[in-house]
This record gives sequence, structure tokens and C-alpha cells, in this order.
Amino acid sequence: MPVISVVKDAQARTLTVTARFDAPIGRVWQVWSDPRELERWWGPPTYPATVTEHDLAPGGTVAYAMTGPEGDRHRGWWRVRAVDPPRTLEFEDGFADADGKPSPDTPTAVIRVVLSELAGDATQMTITTAWASVEAMEQMLAMGMEAGMTAAVGQIDALLDLPAQA
Amino acid sequence: MAEAERADALFHALADPTRRAILTVVLQEAHSVSDLARRYPISFPAVHKHVGALERAGLVTKTRHGREQRVRGDVATLRSAHRLLDDLEVLWRGRMDRIEQLLADPTEGARQCP
Repeated sequence: MPVISVVKDAQARTLTVTARFDAPIGRVWQVWSDPRELERWWGPPTYPATVTEHDLAPGGTVAYAMTGPEGDRHRGWWRVRAVDPPRTLEFEDGFADADGKPSPDTPTAVIRVVLSELAGDATQMTITTAWASVEAMEQMLAMGMEAGMTAAVGQIDALLDLPAQA
Repeated sequence: MAEAERADALFHALADPTRRAILTVVLQEAHSVSDLARRYPISFPAVHKHVGALERAGLVTKTRHGREQRVRGDVATLRSAHRLLDDLEVLWRGRMDRIEQLLADPTEGARQCP
């Protein structure tokens, strides 16, 4: 399991996930900088992603589509805010319409990626995702469910946690 | 409602693409059932049935406004912000696991150093 820590701040609406990989920093950066590699992990196996545009420069766009088992397609985009290979990347992540244009009135999140070298040619990657509001998180998750992005186990856990109703 | 019944209601509610679409819409803004029926190529009774399934799963609430019933995604009670973060954690753990597999793939290493 590569994940070494998860910090959730409900007040600030941020999720910070830190992972350790047994690969040098340049190799780990490549999973973000190479669109063919990005396609292999961004979407779950049942919703493979196709990256149609990939410009990792400030102001640049990354556009992708995920295709589900029923042939359903979901499009998304990133707007790159800052990039400093092979250490940092910050972008806004949102949903797009069928033509790949950003959908208005859909939530976006800001994702910040920080890579650092560890001893023994290993790399630490910290990803912080920040949402503007609880509603934005809720909407992101509902749309994520539609795109098959969240595991069913997460939904069951969430459900069983609900206070019992009379 | 027992936990198993609650799980059944949730999965039933989320299994249908029209219901997921309705949920996404009413999470942004409350809509009347007739508004919703106009948005989708299905009948008013069919929309009513979908909304009922979402309501039984605790995903939406209905309030009466004069002659209309307005449907709203239940942001406050559906999940706390913390629980949302739990689900989003699942998403990122999956991504990190896939990155690890990718980095361990010898054919990818070969591509990197031609």
C-alpha cells in the first residue's frame, strides 16, 4: 500500500494524501507529465481515461474522457495554475460537457501535487485537494458516482455511518 | 430502517442513470417534480417514482410549496463533510495503488529509457 498518511480537514474542506513510491522522482513525475501514463491511473479500470489534450504549462489545459462499461462517456478538464517539474503541479479540476467544454455551475477542486526525494531512490508524493464548499464536494461525489469513480465500499461505509432513523 | 434495508435503498436509488441525473440536478438547486419531468423525456408519474426512490434512500427531501412539491438534494443530512472526505479518500487510495502498479511495470520502465 503506497499511501502513508491521510489528513482530512472538514473545516477547510481539504483532503491531503501522502504516498511513498519506490522509484526516483523523475520517474514518478512522468505519471503526471506523460499523457499515456496518466491514462493508466486517473480513472478506475472500469472507466479508462483517454487524455485528448495535455499541456502542463501555466494556463495550459489537460482534457480527458472516461468511458464506462455501458459506453457512457464523462469528460473532465484541468486548468494548470503552476508547474515546476519534477516537484510541483497545481491545477483546477472540473467537469466538462459532451464537447469537452467546462460545464458552468459544476463544482471544481484545486489539486496541488508535491514530489520530494526520499533516501534510497524513493519518492514521496503529497496530493492536497481543496473544495470551495460542502455543496461542491457533495456534487463532485454524486457526479463521481455516476462516473464510477468511487468504490462501492465507500458508499456502504458512508451509509452505515448515517444516524439511524426511527 | 435496518442497515441492510438502508443499503438496499441506496444502491437501488443510485443504480439508475435517470435517478443519478436527477440527484445531480437537485443537489445544485431545488426543482419541482414538473420541472424535472420537463428536463427528461419521461412522464410525470415516472419522475415521481424516481424521486420516491431517492427519497426512501435519504438522498433527497420533498417540501410542499402551494400546489407544487419541490425536491432538493439533502446536502445537510446526506453526509457530513467528513464523510464526504472519507469517500474521496477511497478515490485517491485507488489512484495511488494504480500509480504504484504502473511504476512497477517493467514495460513502462523500458519505455522510459529507450
